[in-house]
Amino acid sequence: MDRRDALMKLFSAKGVKVNTNRGEAYYNRLKEMMQKRLDELSNTPAVTKTDINKVLDAEGLSRRDFMKWASAITAMLMLPASFTPLVAKAAELMNRVPVIWIELQDCAGNSEAILRSDSPTIDELILETINLEFNETLMAAAGHQAEEHLDEAMKRFEGKYLCVVEGSVPIGAGKEWCTIGARGETFEKHLLRVSSKSAAVVAVGTCATFGGVPAAAPNPTGAVGVQDIVKGKPIINIPACPANPANITGTILHYVLTGQIPELDHLNRPKFAFGYRIHDNCERRAHFDAGEFVEEWGDEGAENNWCLYKMGCKGPMTFNNCSIVRYNSGTNWPIGAGHGCIGCSEPQFWDKYATERPMADSHFKAPTGGVEKTVDEFGLGLLSAAGIGIAIHAALSATAGKKEEEK
Amino acid sequence: MANKHIIVDPITRIEGHLRIEAVIDENNVIKDAYASSTMFRGIETILKGRDPRDAGLLAMRICGVCTGTHYQRSIEAVEHAFNVKIPKNARLVRNLMQGSLYLHDHVVHFYHLHGLDWIDITSALKADPKKAAQEAFKWSDTPHGVGEGELKAVQERLTKFVKQGRLGLFANGYWGNKHYKLTPEQNLIGVAHYLEALDMQRDMSKMMAIYGGKMPHPQSIVVGGVTCVQDIKNPARNAEFKSLLTKARNFIKNAYLADIAMAGTVYSDEALDGTGAGLKNYMTYGGYRLDDNEFYKASLLFPSGVVLNGDLSKVIPFDQSKVTEDVTHSWYSANAPQHPFDGTTIPEYTGLKKESDGLAYLKTDEKYSWIKSPIYDDNRVEVGPLARMVVGVASKNERITKYVNSFLDRLGHLLGLDKAAPASVLFSTVGRTAARAIETEMMADVMMEWIDELSANVASGDHSTWTEFDFDKVSKDAKGYGLEEAPRGALGHWVKIKDGKIENYQAVVPSTWNAAPRDGKGRMGAYEAALIGTKVADPNQPLEILRTVHSFDPCIACAVHIVDTKGKELGSFKVSTSCSI
Repeated sequence: MDRRDALMKLFSAKGVKVNTNRGEAYYNRLKEMMQKRLDELSNTPAVTKTDINKVLDAEGLSRRDFMKWASAITAMLMLPASFTPLVAKAAELMNRVPVIWIELQDCAGNSEAILRSDSPTIDELILETINLEFNETLMAAAGHQAEEHLDEAMKRFEGKYLCVVEGSVPIGAGKEWCTIGARGETFEKHLLRVSSKSAAVVAVGTCATFGGVPAAAPNPTGAVGVQDIVKGKPIINIPACPANPANITGTILHYVLTGQIPELDHLNRPKFAFGYRIHDNCERRAHFDAGEFVEEWGDEGAENNWCLYKMGCKGPMTFNNCSIVRYNSGTNWPIGAGHGCIGCSEPQFWDKYATERPMADSHFKAPTGGVEKTVDEFGLGLLSAAGIGIAIHAALSATAGKKEEEK
Repeated sequence: MANKHIIVDPITRIEGHLRIEAVIDENNVIKDAYASSTMFRGIETILKGRDPRDAGLLAMRICGVCTGTHYQRSIEAVEHAFNVKIPKNARLVRNLMQGSLYLHDHVVHFYHLHGLDWIDITSALKADPKKAAQEAFKWSDTPHGVGEGELKAVQERLTKFVKQGRLGLFANGYWGNKHYKLTPEQNLIGVAHYLEALDMQRDMSKMMAIYGGKMPHPQSIVVGGVTCVQDIKNPARNAEFKSLLTKARNFIKNAYLADIAMAGTVYSDEALDGTGAGLKNYMTYGGYRLDDNEFYKASLLFPSGVVLNGDLSKVIPFDQSKVTEDVTHSWYSANAPQHPFDGTTIPEYTGLKKESDGLAYLKTDEKYSWIKSPIYDDNRVEVGPLARMVVGVASKNERITKYVNSFLDRLGHLLGLDKAAPASVLFSTVGRTAARAIETEMMADVMMEWIDELSANVASGDHSTWTEFDFDKVSKDAKGYGLEEAPRGALGHWVKIKDGKIENYQAVVPSTWNAAPRDGKGRMGAYEAALIGTKVADPNQPLEILRTVHSFDPCIACAVHIVDTKGKELGSFKVSTSCSI
């Protein structure tokens, strides 16, 4: 397989291609649907009566800041600019969507991430403005009062709330090991109960989506992601470790806009966020093409921001918008800080990608547990094919680079 | 009236899943207490067999709140095993990243996790903003963001929120409980800073992201050094860090410290009574290397040591070989207490006791928690900011003593004493919370020195960020440990490596020390001991339990409910869901 074919295959893999221009008819229909949805929402009694303009005043933000934010979100959702007023309107109506956020086998990393929600400050404000009914990390109530509030909110907003889940669910050896509440409800039962009355389930972080850390080999508790046990509900996966808060906000906003979940890829991830391959939008991509690689930490390449592929960067196998949105108000991202991508938005990344060596040199545990295998021994699965394809590209780039030097 | 058995589950505003059960006598005084973690993932088991160079990334996911600290400890355990000494730049970057975590974590803890145990949000509605603005000058010469106009705006925003009818995250708090002692004006100051801190913490998290790529879960530390060479080489990047630090430091001094002085004064009776003192045995592993000497021979910002029975005149040197873990009351099987190098993690879940009232109780005579019971040389000990301040003062550490004394002087003055408040006020729930603020100020100041040191070192031409090592050679048969002071206390990872792979891995972390159940000799863990003797104003609203447990800044999720000693729930204490405001 030559380099071109290998890349073609990668880039045309089913389920990851993003169509950013769907033609006028499509957008007109979408606009109509959104307008209808927003009208419906405007006519439903408000859960809270926050007037966004007044909150903006209190925050010292102008209408202009707000519209700027709305247009950025519009772009992120991959909608034409003409949708900006609708997005702004949706933000104003956001308080009509109640959110119940539960934590299972987690590290609270996603709750922490949402606290740092992306700039501009308006995101934080939106979080205040959406109706966050339950979140263990932040809520005032504890014990009985917390449980009681959860029950009350579930009843009051039955069929209307978004159930956000953070953390994996043990259903194997550890099925009974983890409990919540005075009744000792297992995590699995807790999730099934809270999700059963929701409008849709949003799994945030890689533990809730694909099992994440607890599901890494040998998966001592038999941990799985939400989609493996919740049935009959729309499920949106927002993986990464932790999920980028911009993607969480974007998904909720999309739901407000359309009353539907955003378009998803084959792993149930919103395409607006996970339709991008890290490698394609990487600021170091030119160095990859030029065959300029960091060969060891702290070397000349590292000082000059060269490509991290040989240091184990999994950008070529990973779909997420980190390279575009970045983290902590755009402050930085892992590749920016000189470390390769570890593929944290992909299933089983702890057993496939999270090493500091390229795929072919990675000795990792087989996800089936126990037996040690290198990637080559896995055969020609998509992942190794992708790995090999990129390795070919890397080798060719390196040769090309050398030739250039010789000249 | 007989004793009552309280269960609090889930304990919220913490990281993780935690349950507290307590027995309360007829005077509402806590006679017995049990702490239980109800969540298990098996990360130590997952790490076995992996490449030690990759362990840090996975070990970091133990916690997303004290994020980055497990990452560094894991990497340092491997570096210790391989005897790899990191360059000066790498040491300074790691200190700055961990320092940023302290600032972020302590501020979020005080305002967003712990604050609502002291501040009654609903009372702030009744405050006079003008009086509150004057009040603020009592606690700081340069109060932060609490002018009359600003307070008025906060109050209006709050009133609007309450009028909407849905309190969301603030619903069902213990509002109006009589153990909330701040005046409406003081509560308004607290609320203003609560909101301001939401904004501040976002900036503080950027500091770690500058050198770490992102926060939570940074990604720039590797065995041998750090990867962010282009960030430290860039003067604009270092200046950005310094400017964020300056802003954070102002907030810490003029808001955080001021609010602690205010709460410390109002709640001084509890501090003087020693409410929530608990074990009074304090331990630190020591942390923040200040020079580039050999492993565990460098001078440290926080000295290591053990102080027993609150006796500040004596410090016992810390020796990691004396750390063992007991699982008598933990859901694991093991024959005897084990040192972490040889520690095992074999689940043996025996479950909860379901009663006819529908509730499930801890089997307190048997195993009742997923946390092991660490023991130091036959002592149960407390770790954390208070332990760091106590060990620092007892070791006559100049820097720590200066900051502690300055706080005690100020408190003495505020209480109208002629002299400094006695150091014994620190041995309390209030003291634990104050110690955290004291060290936050100290950290912000010392980070100013470190960022300048880093900039100067890079400017002098030293760009070194990584030390080379021969992996195949050093990883044949090695063992090491990474010991540090995480925001919540002594945090250590122990690793054994064989033929390039992890043979055994154990972590003994702050919440293991503090939230542990009883040990084989029936001795309590730090949370349990700290709750004993505390008077609860209203058993239906166990505010005091939350306050003391939160003062440790738990890193596990918890729970508390109320039943009588015969195991019956006091089912009658249903609290109306509509808030009493």
